[in-house]
Amino acid sequence: MKDEGRKTGARQEVRGARYTDVRAPRAPRPAPRARSSTGWLFVLPAFVHLCVFVLFPIVFALILSFFRWDVLKPQKPFVGLHNYAVLFHDPLFWNALWNSTYYAIGSVPIGMAVALFVAILAHQKLRGVQLFRTIYYMPAVASSVATAMIWTFIYLPENGLLDWLLNAVGLKGAAQIDWLQSTVWAMPALIFMSIWTGLGPRMVLFLAGLTSIPEPLYEAAAVDGAGRWAAFRHITLPMLLPTTFFILVTSSISAFQVFTPVYMMTKGGPVRHTDVIGYHIYKVAWRQFHMGMASAESYLLFMVIFAVTLVQFKFVSARIDA
Amino acid sequence: MRSSLAQNVGSYCIMVIIAVVTIAPFAWMLIASLHPSHGALPDPSHLAPKQWHWENYQEVLTMDATPFIRFLWNTLIVAVCVTLGQLLICALAGYGFARLQFRGRDLLFFLFIATMMIPTQVTMIPAFLEVRWFGWLNSYWALIMPGLSSAFGVFLMRQFFLTLPRELDDAARIDGCSEFGIFWRIAAPLSAPALATLGAFAFIATWTDFFWPLLVTSATEMRTLEVGLSLFKDAFGNTNWPLQMAAAVLVLIPVLLVFLFTQRYFIRGIALTGLKG
Repeated sequence: MKDEGRKTGARQEVRGARYTDVRAPRAPRPAPRARSSTGWLFVLPAFVHLCVFVLFPIVFALILSFFRWDVLKPQKPFVGLHNYAVLFHDPLFWNALWNSTYYAIGSVPIGMAVALFVAILAHQKLRGVQLFRTIYYMPAVASSVATAMIWTFIYLPENGLLDWLLNAVGLKGAAQIDWLQSTVWAMPALIFMSIWTGLGPRMVLFLAGLTSIPEPLYEAAAVDGAGRWAAFRHITLPMLLPTTFFILVTSSISAFQVFTPVYMMTKGGPVRHTDVIGYHIYKVAWRQFHMGMASAESYLLFMVIFAVTLVQFKFVSARIDA
Repeated sequence: MRSSLAQNVGSYCIMVIIAVVTIAPFAWMLIASLHPSHGALPDPSHLAPKQWHWENYQEVLTMDATPFIRFLWNTLIVAVCVTLGQLLICALAGYGFARLQFRGRDLLFFLFIATMMIPTQVTMIPAFLEVRWFGWLNSYWALIMPGLSSAFGVFLMRQFFLTLPRELDDAARIDGCSEFGIFWRIAAPLSAPALATLGAFAFIATWTDFFWPLLVTSATEMRTLEVGLSLFKDAFGNTNWPLQMAAAVLVLIPVLLVFLFTQRYFIRGIALTGLKG
Protein backbone atom coordinates (compact mmCIF):
# COMPACT_ATOMS: atom_id res chain seq x y z
CA MET A 1 0.00 0.00 0.00
CA LYS A 2 2.82 2.33 0.95
CA ASP A 3 4.77 1.61 -2.21
CA GLU A 4 1.77 2.40 -4.34
CA GLY A 5 1.48 5.76 -2.63
CA ARG A 6 5.13 6.53 -3.22
CA LYS A 7 4.90 5.68 -6.88
CA THR A 8 2.19 8.24 -7.40
CA GLY A 9 4.26 10.71 -5.46
CA ALA A 10 1.32 12.09 -3.50
CA ARG A 11 2.64 12.96 -0.04
CA GLN A 12 -0.68 12.87 1.72
CA GLU A 13 -1.21 9.38 0.34
CA VAL A 14 1.89 8.08 2.09
CA ARG A 15 0.77 9.67 5.29
CA GLY A 16 -2.67 8.10 5.19
CA ALA A 17 -1.48 4.76 3.95
CA ARG A 18 -1.43 2.98 7.30
CA TYR A 19 -4.87 1.56 6.96
CA THR A 20 -6.46 0.17 10.10
CA ASP A 21 -9.37 -1.67 8.60
CA VAL A 22 -8.78 -5.31 7.81
CA ARG A 23 -11.96 -5.61 5.83
CA ALA A 24 -11.26 -2.76 3.43
CA PRO A 25 -11.98 -4.25 0.04
CA ARG A 26 -9.18 -2.36 -1.67
CA ALA A 27 -6.42 0.09 -1.00
CA PRO A 28 -7.55 3.70 -1.37
CA ARG A 29 -6.36 5.21 -4.60
CA PRO A 30 -5.12 8.78 -4.59
CA ALA A 31 -7.70 11.51 -4.84
CA PRO A 32 -5.74 14.02 -6.92
CA ARG A 33 -7.21 17.35 -5.88
CA ALA A 34 -8.60 16.46 -2.45
CA ARG A 35 -6.94 18.66 0.15
CA SER A 36 -6.50 17.64 3.74
CA SER A 37 -8.97 20.27 4.94
CA THR A 38 -11.80 18.91 2.79
CA GLY A 39 -11.69 15.54 4.55
CA TRP A 40 -11.81 17.28 7.93
CA LEU A 41 -14.88 19.25 6.87
CA PHE A 42 -16.70 16.01 6.08
CA VAL A 43 -16.07 14.46 9.48
CA LEU A 44 -16.34 17.71 11.44
CA PRO A 45 -20.06 17.54 12.37
CA ALA A 46 -19.73 13.94 13.58
CA PHE A 47 -16.52 14.80 15.44
CA VAL A 48 -18.04 17.81 17.22
CA HIS A 49 -20.99 15.63 18.22
CA LEU A 50 -18.62 12.91 19.47
CA CYS A 51 -16.71 15.47 21.54
CA VAL A 52 -19.81 16.99 23.15
CA PHE A 53 -21.83 13.85 23.84
CA VAL A 54 -19.22 11.08 24.18
CA LEU A 55 -15.59 12.16 24.66
CA PHE A 56 -16.23 15.02 27.07
CA PRO A 57 -18.66 12.91 29.16
CA ILE A 58 -16.09 10.09 29.37
CA VAL A 59 -13.48 12.47 30.79
CA PHE A 60 -16.02 14.30 32.93
CA ALA A 61 -17.27 11.02 34.45
CA LEU A 62 -13.73 10.26 35.61
CA ILE A 63 -13.45 13.73 37.16
CA LEU A 64 -16.87 13.36 38.82
CA SER A 65 -15.77 10.09 40.39
CA PHE A 66 -13.18 12.02 42.46
CA PHE A 67 -15.80 14.38 43.92
CA ARG A 68 -18.67 14.12 46.34
CA TRP A 69 -21.05 15.44 43.70
CA ASP A 70 -24.57 15.69 45.07
CA VAL A 71 -26.94 17.40 42.64
CA LEU A 72 -29.00 18.89 45.43
CA LYS A 73 -26.10 20.29 47.48
CA PRO A 74 -24.23 23.45 46.45
CA GLN A 75 -20.77 22.38 47.68
CA LYS A 76 -19.15 19.55 45.74
CA PRO A 77 -15.88 18.75 47.52
CA PHE A 78 -12.95 16.91 45.97
CA VAL A 79 -12.52 13.60 47.78
CA GLY A 80 -9.78 11.88 45.77
CA LEU A 81 -10.14 8.13 45.70
CA HIS A 82 -12.63 8.14 48.57
CA ASN A 83 -15.57 7.02 46.41
CA TYR A 84 -13.59 4.04 45.14
CA ALA A 85 -12.48 3.15 48.66
CA VAL A 86 -16.07 3.26 49.89
CA LEU A 87 -17.23 1.07 47.02
CA PHE A 88 -14.55 -1.47 47.77
CA HIS A 89 -16.21 -2.13 51.13
CA ASP A 90 -19.79 -1.62 49.95
CA PRO A 91 -21.69 -4.94 50.06
CA LEU A 92 -24.48 -3.47 47.88
CA PHE A 93 -22.00 -2.67 45.11
CA TRP A 94 -20.49 -6.16 45.21
CA ASN A 95 -23.96 -7.64 45.31
CA ALA A 96 -24.85 -5.69 42.15
CA LEU A 97 -21.65 -6.80 40.41
CA TRP A 98 -22.34 -10.40 41.36
CA ASN A 99 -25.93 -10.17 40.08
CA SER A 100 -24.70 -8.77 36.76
CA THR A 101 -22.16 -11.58 36.51
CA TYR A 102 -24.89 -14.14 37.21
CA TYR A 103 -27.09 -12.51 34.59
CA ALA A 104 -24.30 -12.48 31.98
CA ILE A 105 -23.18 -16.05 32.67
CA GLY A 106 -26.79 -17.21 32.57
CA SER A 107 -27.99 -15.35 29.52
CA VAL A 108 -25.00 -15.18 27.16
CA PRO A 109 -23.88 -18.83 26.70
CA ILE A 110 -27.41 -20.27 26.66
CA GLY A 111 -28.65 -17.48 24.42
CA MET A 112 -25.78 -18.08 22.02
CA ALA A 113 -26.31 -21.85 21.94
CA VAL A 114 -30.01 -21.38 21.19
CA ALA A 115 -29.23 -18.78 18.51
CA LEU A 116 -26.63 -21.05 16.86
CA PHE A 117 -29.10 -23.94 16.82
CA VAL A 118 -31.81 -21.73 15.28
CA ALA A 119 -29.34 -20.22 12.79
CA ILE A 120 -28.34 -23.68 11.54
CA LEU A 121 -32.02 -24.52 11.08
CA ALA A 122 -32.75 -21.23 9.32
CA HIS A 123 -29.64 -21.54 7.15
CA GLN A 124 -31.12 -24.44 5.18
CA LYS A 125 -32.55 -23.77 1.75
CA LEU A 126 -36.16 -24.25 2.73
CA ARG A 127 -39.24 -22.49 1.42
CA GLY A 128 -40.50 -19.75 3.70
CA VAL A 129 -37.37 -19.70 5.82
CA GLN A 130 -37.24 -15.90 5.47
CA LEU A 131 -40.58 -15.65 7.24
CA PHE A 132 -39.21 -17.60 10.20
CA ARG A 133 -36.14 -15.36 10.37
CA THR A 134 -38.39 -12.29 10.49
CA ILE A 135 -40.49 -13.82 13.27
CA TYR A 136 -37.42 -14.71 15.36
CA TYR A 137 -36.16 -11.14 15.03
CA MET A 138 -39.37 -9.45 16.20
CA PRO A 139 -38.75 -9.47 19.99
CA ALA A 140 -35.46 -7.62 19.48
CA VAL A 141 -37.08 -4.58 17.84
CA ALA A 142 -40.20 -4.58 20.00
CA SER A 143 -40.41 -1.87 22.64
CA SER A 144 -38.48 -3.10 25.68
CA VAL A 145 -40.99 -1.55 28.08
CA ALA A 146 -43.88 -3.33 26.37
CA THR A 147 -42.08 -6.69 26.31
CA ALA A 148 -41.18 -6.28 29.99
CA MET A 149 -44.89 -5.74 30.73
CA ILE A 150 -45.87 -8.77 28.67
CA TRP A 151 -43.41 -11.01 30.53
CA THR A 152 -44.44 -9.65 33.92
CA PHE A 153 -47.96 -10.67 32.94
CA ILE A 154 -46.76 -14.12 31.80
CA TYR A 155 -44.86 -14.70 35.07
CA LEU A 156 -47.86 -13.83 37.31
CA PRO A 157 -48.60 -16.54 39.89
CA GLU A 158 -52.36 -16.30 39.45
CA ASN A 159 -53.52 -17.03 35.89
CA GLY A 160 -50.02 -16.43 34.56
CA LEU A 161 -49.40 -18.08 31.20
CA LEU A 162 -46.21 -19.84 32.34
CA ASP A 163 -47.67 -21.38 35.49
CA TRP A 164 -50.75 -22.38 33.52
CA LEU A 165 -48.56 -24.15 30.93
CA LEU A 166 -46.49 -25.89 33.63
CA ASN A 167 -49.72 -27.02 35.25
CA ALA A 168 -51.02 -28.28 31.90
CA VAL A 169 -47.96 -30.47 31.36
CA GLY A 170 -48.25 -31.84 34.90
CA LEU A 171 -45.47 -29.92 36.67
CA LYS A 172 -47.69 -29.00 39.59
CA GLY A 173 -44.80 -28.04 41.88
CA ALA A 174 -43.24 -25.60 39.42
CA ALA A 175 -46.67 -24.19 38.62
CA GLN A 176 -46.90 -22.76 42.15
CA ILE A 177 -43.89 -20.47 41.67
CA ASP A 178 -44.35 -16.72 41.82
CA TRP A 179 -41.47 -16.19 39.40
CA LEU A 180 -40.64 -12.51 39.84
CA GLN A 181 -41.20 -12.52 43.62
CA SER A 182 -38.93 -15.48 44.28
CA THR A 183 -35.35 -14.85 45.41
CA VAL A 184 -34.33 -18.02 43.59
CA TRP A 185 -36.32 -17.67 40.39
CA ALA A 186 -36.49 -13.94 39.63
CA MET A 187 -33.06 -13.87 37.99
CA PRO A 188 -33.62 -17.02 35.86
CA ALA A 189 -36.93 -15.48 34.79
CA LEU A 190 -35.12 -12.34 33.57
CA ILE A 191 -32.49 -14.50 31.87
CA PHE A 192 -35.11 -16.57 30.06
CA MET A 193 -36.73 -13.40 28.75
CA SER A 194 -33.32 -12.10 27.57
CA ILE A 195 -32.78 -15.27 25.54
CA TRP A 196 -36.14 -14.64 23.86
CA THR A 197 -35.21 -11.00 23.12
CA GLY A 198 -31.65 -11.66 21.97
CA LEU A 199 -32.38 -14.58 19.65
CA GLY A 200 -32.90 -12.56 16.44
CA PRO A 201 -29.73 -10.44 16.29
CA ARG A 202 -27.50 -13.32 17.40
CA MET A 203 -29.14 -15.62 14.85
CA VAL A 204 -28.56 -13.13 12.03
CA LEU A 205 -24.87 -12.82 12.97
CA PHE A 206 -24.49 -16.61 13.05
CA LEU A 207 -26.30 -16.80 9.68
CA ALA A 208 -23.74 -14.38 8.21
CA GLY A 209 -20.98 -16.59 9.63
CA LEU A 210 -22.54 -19.78 8.28
CA THR A 211 -22.89 -18.25 4.81
CA SER A 212 -19.16 -17.59 4.71
CA ILE A 213 -18.21 -21.25 5.28
CA PRO A 214 -17.23 -22.70 1.86
CA GLU A 215 -19.57 -25.48 0.75
CA PRO A 216 -16.71 -27.73 -0.61
CA LEU A 217 -15.53 -28.28 2.99
CA TYR A 218 -18.77 -30.10 3.75
CA GLU A 219 -18.67 -32.00 0.45
CA ALA A 220 -15.13 -33.19 1.19
CA ALA A 221 -16.19 -34.23 4.69
CA ALA A 222 -19.16 -36.14 3.26
CA VAL A 223 -16.85 -37.94 0.82
CA ASP A 224 -14.67 -38.92 3.75
CA GLY A 225 -17.74 -40.39 5.40
CA ALA A 226 -18.22 -37.77 8.11
CA GLY A 227 -21.69 -37.64 9.65
CA ARG A 228 -23.67 -34.48 10.41
CA TRP A 229 -22.38 -34.28 13.97
CA ALA A 230 -18.76 -34.75 12.88
CA ALA A 231 -19.17 -32.06 10.21
CA PHE A 232 -20.67 -29.71 12.80
CA ARG A 233 -17.95 -30.47 15.33
CA HIS A 234 -14.98 -30.27 12.97
CA ILE A 235 -16.07 -27.77 10.30
CA THR A 236 -18.95 -25.56 11.45
CA LEU A 237 -17.77 -24.83 14.97
CA PRO A 238 -14.11 -24.04 14.12
CA MET A 239 -15.10 -21.96 11.08
CA LEU A 240 -17.60 -20.02 13.19
CA LEU A 241 -15.02 -19.17 15.86
CA PRO A 242 -14.56 -15.50 14.82
CA THR A 243 -18.36 -15.00 14.66
CA THR A 244 -18.84 -16.78 17.98
CA PHE A 245 -16.15 -14.67 19.58
CA PHE A 246 -17.68 -11.47 18.25
CA ILE A 247 -21.15 -12.37 19.56
CA LEU A 248 -19.68 -13.47 22.90
CA VAL A 249 -17.91 -10.13 23.38
CA THR A 250 -20.79 -7.86 22.30
CA SER A 251 -23.41 -9.92 24.18
CA SER A 252 -21.35 -9.88 27.37
CA ILE A 253 -20.84 -6.11 27.12
CA SER A 254 -24.56 -5.49 26.75
CA ALA A 255 -25.49 -8.09 29.41
CA PHE A 256 -23.46 -6.11 31.97
CA GLN A 257 -25.46 -2.99 31.11
CA VAL A 258 -29.00 -4.42 31.28
CA PHE A 259 -31.45 -1.89 32.72
CA THR A 260 -35.01 -1.75 31.32
CA PRO A 261 -36.24 -5.28 32.23
CA VAL A 262 -34.98 -4.88 35.79
CA TYR A 263 -36.46 -1.39 36.13
CA MET A 264 -39.82 -2.54 34.77
CA MET A 265 -40.16 -6.06 36.19
CA THR A 266 -38.42 -6.38 39.56
CA LYS A 267 -36.99 -2.98 40.61
CA GLY A 268 -33.95 -4.97 41.67
CA GLY A 269 -35.99 -7.13 44.04
CA PRO A 270 -36.89 -9.37 45.71
CA VAL A 271 -34.43 -8.27 48.40
CA ARG A 272 -31.84 -7.06 45.83
CA HIS A 273 -31.55 -10.46 44.15
CA THR A 274 -31.88 -8.85 40.70
CA ASP A 275 -30.22 -5.54 41.59
CA VAL A 276 -27.81 -5.56 38.63
CA ILE A 277 -25.07 -2.97 38.28
CA GLY A 278 -26.81 -1.01 35.47
CA TYR A 279 -29.86 -0.53 37.66
CA HIS A 280 -27.82 0.03 40.82
CA ILE A 281 -25.91 2.92 39.20
CA TYR A 282 -29.20 4.47 38.08
CA LYS A 283 -30.53 4.34 41.64
CA VAL A 284 -27.39 5.85 43.16
CA ALA A 285 -27.32 8.66 40.58
CA TRP A 286 -31.01 9.50 40.19
CA ARG A 287 -32.67 8.28 43.39
CA GLN A 288 -29.95 9.18 45.92
CA PHE A 289 -28.37 11.91 43.71
CA HIS A 290 -24.81 10.72 44.46
CA MET A 291 -23.52 11.44 40.97
CA GLY A 292 -19.84 11.22 42.01
CA MET A 293 -20.30 7.82 43.62
CA ALA A 294 -22.35 6.60 40.67
CA SER A 295 -19.61 7.77 38.26
CA ALA A 296 -17.04 5.81 40.26
CA GLU A 297 -19.30 2.76 39.98
CA SER A 298 -19.66 3.27 36.24
CA TYR A 299 -15.89 3.40 35.83
CA LEU A 300 -15.50 0.20 37.82
CA LEU A 301 -18.18 -1.35 35.59
CA PHE A 302 -16.18 -0.22 32.57
CA MET A 303 -13.07 -1.90 34.01
CA VAL A 304 -15.00 -5.12 34.65
CA ILE A 305 -16.31 -5.12 31.07
CA PHE A 306 -12.81 -4.40 29.78
CA ALA A 307 -11.33 -7.24 31.84
CA VAL A 308 -14.02 -9.68 30.70
CA THR A 309 -13.37 -8.74 27.07
CA LEU A 310 -9.63 -9.16 27.58
CA VAL A 311 -10.05 -12.62 29.13
CA GLN A 312 -12.27 -13.66 26.23
CA PHE A 313 -9.64 -12.37 23.78
CA LYS A 314 -6.89 -14.36 25.52
CA PHE A 315 -9.03 -17.48 25.60
CA VAL A 316 -9.94 -17.31 21.93
CA SER A 317 -6.45 -16.49 20.67
CA ALA A 318 -5.16 -19.46 22.70
CA ARG A 319 -7.70 -21.67 20.92
CA ILE A 320 -6.69 -20.31 17.52
CA ASP A 321 -2.99 -20.94 18.23
CA ALA A 322 -3.63 -24.48 19.45
CA MET B 1 -34.28 -38.57 -0.95
CA ARG B 2 -36.55 -40.02 1.73
CA SER B 3 -34.22 -39.06 4.53
CA SER B 4 -33.91 -35.53 3.16
CA LEU B 5 -37.70 -35.19 3.10
CA ALA B 6 -37.90 -36.41 6.69
CA GLN B 7 -35.14 -34.01 7.58
CA ASN B 8 -37.02 -31.08 6.04
CA VAL B 9 -40.21 -31.98 7.87
CA GLY B 10 -38.22 -32.22 11.10
CA SER B 11 -36.63 -28.83 10.49
CA TYR B 12 -40.00 -27.25 9.80
CA CYS B 13 -41.47 -28.74 12.97
CA ILE B 14 -38.69 -27.34 15.16
CA MET B 15 -38.81 -23.94 13.42
CA VAL B 16 -42.58 -23.77 13.91
CA ILE B 17 -42.23 -24.63 17.61
CA ILE B 18 -39.63 -21.90 18.09
CA ALA B 19 -41.78 -19.46 16.12
CA VAL B 20 -44.74 -20.27 18.39
CA VAL B 21 -42.61 -19.64 21.49
CA THR B 22 -41.47 -16.34 19.94
CA ILE B 23 -44.96 -15.17 19.05
CA ALA B 24 -46.90 -16.60 22.01
CA PRO B 25 -46.13 -13.67 24.35
CA PHE B 26 -47.34 -11.19 21.70
CA ALA B 27 -50.44 -13.26 21.00
CA TRP B 28 -51.27 -13.57 24.70
CA MET B 29 -50.85 -9.79 25.06
CA LEU B 30 -53.28 -9.20 22.17
CA ILE B 31 -55.88 -11.63 23.53
CA ALA B 32 -55.57 -10.35 27.10
CA SER B 33 -56.00 -6.77 25.87
CA LEU B 34 -59.51 -7.65 24.71
CA HIS B 35 -60.70 -9.10 28.00
CA PRO B 36 -63.05 -7.04 30.18
CA SER B 37 -61.11 -4.37 32.05
CA HIS B 38 -61.61 -3.84 35.80
CA GLY B 39 -62.54 -7.54 36.06
CA ALA B 40 -60.83 -10.76 37.03
CA LEU B 41 -57.43 -11.64 35.51
CA PRO B 42 -57.71 -13.16 32.03
CA ASP B 43 -57.55 -16.95 32.38
CA PRO B 44 -55.34 -18.80 29.90
CA SER B 45 -57.72 -21.81 30.13
CA HIS B 46 -60.35 -20.14 27.99
CA LEU B 47 -58.30 -18.05 25.64
CA ALA B 48 -60.95 -15.96 23.95
CA PRO B 49 -63.06 -13.64 26.08
CA LYS B 50 -66.85 -14.04 25.87
CA GLN B 51 -66.99 -10.58 24.33
CA TRP B 52 -64.21 -8.72 22.59
CA HIS B 53 -63.67 -5.49 24.50
CA TRP B 54 -62.30 -3.16 21.86
CA GLU B 55 -63.31 -0.22 24.04
CA ASN B 56 -60.21 -0.99 26.18
CA TYR B 57 -58.17 0.74 23.52
CA GLN B 58 -60.41 3.79 23.62
CA GLU B 59 -60.09 3.85 27.39
CA VAL B 60 -56.28 3.76 27.17
CA LEU B 61 -56.23 6.55 24.59
CA THR B 62 -58.44 8.83 26.66
CA MET B 63 -56.56 8.53 29.98
CA ASP B 64 -55.80 12.02 31.29
CA ALA B 65 -52.64 11.05 33.18
CA THR B 66 -51.04 9.41 30.14
CA PRO B 67 -51.88 11.28 26.91
CA PHE B 68 -50.71 8.62 24.44
CA ILE B 69 -51.45 10.74 21.37
CA ARG B 70 -49.11 13.39 22.72
CA PHE B 71 -46.48 10.69 23.51
CA LEU B 72 -46.85 9.38 19.97
CA TRP B 73 -46.36 12.86 18.55
CA ASN B 74 -43.23 13.45 20.69
CA THR B 75 -41.76 10.09 19.74
CA LEU B 76 -42.44 10.71 16.06
CA ILE B 77 -40.79 14.17 16.08
CA VAL B 78 -37.74 12.88 17.94
CA ALA B 79 -37.35 9.70 15.86
CA VAL B 80 -37.71 11.57 12.54
CA CYS B 81 -35.25 14.34 13.52
CA VAL B 82 -32.67 11.89 14.87
CA THR B 83 -32.97 9.70 11.77
CA LEU B 84 -32.53 12.63 9.37
CA GLY B 85 -29.62 13.98 11.40
CA GLN B 86 -27.86 10.62 11.49
CA LEU B 87 -28.37 10.08 7.76
CA LEU B 88 -26.69 13.40 6.97
CA ILE B 89 -23.96 13.54 9.62
CA CYS B 90 -22.97 9.85 9.52
CA ALA B 91 -23.01 9.74 5.72
CA LEU B 92 -20.73 12.80 5.52
CA ALA B 93 -18.30 11.38 8.08
CA GLY B 94 -18.44 7.90 6.58
CA TYR B 95 -17.62 9.35 3.18
CA GLY B 96 -14.74 11.38 4.62
CA PHE B 97 -13.25 8.33 6.33
CA ALA B 98 -13.70 6.04 3.32
CA ARG B 99 -12.80 8.31 0.43
CA LEU B 100 -10.71 11.28 1.51
CA GLN B 101 -7.21 11.65 2.80
CA PHE B 102 -6.47 13.93 5.70
CA ARG B 103 -4.06 14.19 8.56
CA GLY B 104 -4.99 12.04 11.54
CA ARG B 105 -7.75 10.21 9.69
CA ASP B 106 -6.99 6.70 10.89
CA LEU B 107 -6.44 7.77 14.48
CA LEU B 108 -9.73 9.67 14.46
CA PHE B 109 -11.57 6.71 12.98
CA PHE B 110 -10.10 4.45 15.66
CA LEU B 111 -11.37 6.92 18.27
CA PHE B 112 -14.92 6.65 16.90
CA ILE B 113 -14.79 2.84 16.98
CA ALA B 114 -13.27 2.72 20.46
CA THR B 115 -16.13 4.76 21.95
CA MET B 116 -18.55 1.98 20.99
CA MET B 117 -17.09 -0.13 23.82
CA ILE B 118 -17.78 2.43 26.54
CA PRO B 119 -20.80 1.39 28.63
CA THR B 120 -23.81 3.73 28.53
CA GLN B 121 -23.63 4.14 32.30
CA VAL B 122 -20.30 5.99 32.01
CA THR B 123 -21.53 8.72 29.66
CA MET B 124 -25.10 9.01 30.97
CA ILE B 125 -24.39 10.98 34.16
CA PRO B 126 -22.13 13.65 32.58
CA ALA B 127 -24.38 13.86 29.51
CA PHE B 128 -27.34 14.45 31.82
CA LEU B 129 -25.49 17.21 33.73
CA GLU B 130 -24.43 18.77 30.44
CA VAL B 131 -27.99 18.81 29.08
CA ARG B 132 -29.14 20.32 32.39
CA TRP B 133 -26.57 23.14 32.12
CA PHE B 134 -27.74 23.82 28.57
CA GLY B 135 -31.24 24.20 30.03
CA TRP B 136 -32.52 21.47 27.75
CA LEU B 137 -34.30 19.25 30.30
CA ASN B 138 -37.91 18.64 29.29
CA SER B 139 -37.35 19.84 25.74
CA TYR B 140 -36.98 18.28 22.32
CA TRP B 141 -33.35 19.45 22.33
CA ALA B 142 -32.49 17.00 25.09
CA LEU B 143 -34.24 14.16 23.28
CA ILE B 144 -32.85 14.91 19.80
CA MET B 145 -29.35 16.39 20.07
CA PRO B 146 -27.48 13.46 21.70
CA GLY B 147 -28.83 11.10 19.02
CA LEU B 148 -27.94 13.16 15.95
CA SER B 149 -24.79 11.17 15.21
CA SER B 150 -23.50 7.77 16.23
CA ALA B 151 -20.22 5.90 15.92
CA PHE B 152 -22.17 2.90 14.69
CA GLY B 153 -23.69 4.99 11.88
CA VAL B 154 -20.32 6.43 10.86
CA PHE B 155 -18.85 2.92 10.81
CA LEU B 156 -21.74 1.52 8.75
CA MET B 157 -21.60 4.29 6.15
CA ARG B 158 -17.80 4.06 5.88
CA GLN B 159 -17.97 0.31 5.29
CA PHE B 160 -20.50 0.94 2.54
CA PHE B 161 -18.61 3.78 0.82
CA LEU B 162 -15.52 1.55 0.71
CA THR B 163 -17.43 -0.81 -1.59
CA LEU B 164 -18.45 1.89 -4.11
CA PRO B 165 -16.27 1.99 -7.26
CA ARG B 166 -14.03 5.05 -7.33
CA GLU B 167 -14.01 5.41 -11.10
CA LEU B 168 -17.20 7.48 -10.91
CA ASP B 169 -15.76 10.19 -8.68
CA ASP B 170 -12.56 10.30 -10.73
CA ALA B 171 -14.66 11.07 -13.80
CA ALA B 172 -16.62 13.73 -11.91
CA ARG B 173 -13.41 15.24 -10.55
CA ILE B 174 -11.99 15.57 -14.05
CA ASP B 175 -15.22 17.36 -14.99
CA GLY B 176 -14.48 19.85 -12.21
CA CYS B 177 -16.95 18.64 -9.59
CA SER B 178 -16.16 19.59 -5.96
CA GLU B 179 -15.69 16.93 -3.27
CA PHE B 180 -19.03 17.85 -1.75
CA GLY B 181 -20.61 17.75 -5.22
CA ILE B 182 -19.28 14.22 -5.70
CA PHE B 183 -20.67 13.21 -2.32
CA TRP B 184 -24.05 14.82 -2.86
CA ARG B 185 -24.66 14.05 -6.55
CA ILE B 186 -22.87 10.72 -6.99
CA ALA B 187 -22.06 8.87 -3.77
CA ALA B 188 -25.21 9.70 -1.77
CA PRO B 189 -27.70 8.62 -4.47
CA LEU B 190 -25.74 5.37 -4.96
CA SER B 191 -25.81 4.64 -1.25
CA ALA B 192 -29.60 4.44 -0.92
CA PRO B 193 -29.46 0.85 0.44
CA ALA B 194 -26.94 1.78 3.14
CA LEU B 195 -28.89 4.93 4.00
CA ALA B 196 -32.06 2.87 4.29
CA THR B 197 -30.27 0.47 6.63
CA LEU B 198 -28.95 3.26 8.83
CA GLY B 199 -32.32 5.01 8.75
CA ALA B 200 -34.15 1.86 9.85
CA PHE B 201 -31.67 1.23 12.68
CA ALA B 202 -31.72 4.84 13.87
CA PHE B 203 -35.49 5.16 13.70
CA ILE B 204 -36.26 1.98 15.63
CA ALA B 205 -33.46 2.51 18.16
CA THR B 206 -34.70 6.04 18.90
CA TRP B 207 -38.33 4.98 18.97
CA THR B 208 -37.67 2.23 21.51
CA ASP B 209 -35.08 4.08 23.59
CA PHE B 210 -36.11 4.16 27.23
CA PHE B 211 -33.19 5.08 29.49
CA TRP B 212 -32.27 8.52 28.09
CA PRO B 213 -35.82 9.91 27.69
CA LEU B 214 -36.55 8.67 31.22
CA LEU B 215 -33.65 10.74 32.54
CA VAL B 216 -34.17 14.01 30.67
CA THR B 217 -37.96 14.37 30.79
CA SER B 218 -40.18 14.80 33.81
CA ALA B 219 -43.11 16.80 32.42
CA THR B 220 -45.92 14.57 31.15
CA GLU B 221 -46.25 16.47 27.88
CA MET B 222 -42.58 15.81 27.00
CA ARG B 223 -42.61 12.05 27.60
CA THR B 224 -42.08 9.59 24.78
CA LEU B 225 -44.15 6.47 24.14
CA GLU B 226 -41.74 4.16 25.98
CA VAL B 227 -41.57 6.32 29.09
CA GLY B 228 -45.31 7.03 28.86
CA LEU B 229 -45.99 3.32 28.81
CA SER B 230 -43.82 2.80 31.89
CA LEU B 231 -45.81 5.53 33.68
CA PHE B 232 -49.01 3.76 32.67
CA LYS B 233 -47.62 0.53 34.14
CA ASP B 234 -46.61 2.33 37.36
CA ALA B 235 -50.10 3.76 37.70
CA PHE B 236 -51.74 0.33 37.51
CA GLY B 237 -49.09 -1.82 39.21
CA ASN B 238 -50.39 -5.35 39.26
CA THR B 239 -53.97 -4.45 38.47
CA ASN B 240 -56.09 -4.20 35.36
CA TRP B 241 -53.90 -6.23 33.03
CA PRO B 242 -56.28 -5.99 30.03
CA LEU B 243 -55.81 -2.20 29.95
CA GLN B 244 -52.03 -2.56 30.46
CA MET B 245 -51.84 -5.03 27.58
CA ALA B 246 -53.95 -2.74 25.38
CA ALA B 247 -51.48 0.08 26.05
CA ALA B 248 -48.57 -2.27 25.25
CA VAL B 249 -50.23 -3.22 21.95
CA LEU B 250 -50.67 0.44 21.01
CA VAL B 251 -46.97 1.15 21.67
CA LEU B 252 -45.81 -2.00 19.88
CA ILE B 253 -47.83 -1.73 16.67
CA PRO B 254 -46.05 1.26 15.05
CA VAL B 255 -42.55 -0.08 15.70
CA LEU B 256 -43.40 -3.60 14.54
CA LEU B 257 -44.93 -2.16 11.35
CA VAL B 258 -41.78 -0.14 10.66
CA PHE B 259 -39.72 -3.28 11.26
CA LEU B 260 -41.82 -5.41 8.89
CA PHE B 261 -41.32 -2.89 6.08
CA THR B 262 -37.60 -2.45 6.71
CA GLN B 263 -36.54 -5.89 7.96
CA ARG B 264 -34.35 -6.73 4.97
CA TYR B 265 -32.24 -3.66 5.73
CA PHE B 266 -31.73 -4.90 9.29
CA ILE B 267 -30.36 -8.19 8.07
CA ARG B 268 -28.13 -6.39 5.56
CA GLY B 269 -26.87 -3.87 8.10
CA ILE B 270 -25.87 -6.58 10.52
CA ALA B 271 -24.10 -8.53 7.79
CA LEU B 272 -22.29 -5.35 6.65
CA THR B 273 -21.02 -4.22 10.02
CA GLY B 274 -21.22 -7.26 12.25
CA LEU B 275 -22.98 -5.09 14.81
CA LYS B 276 -26.51 -4.84 15.99
CA GLY B 277 -26.72 -1.13 16.59
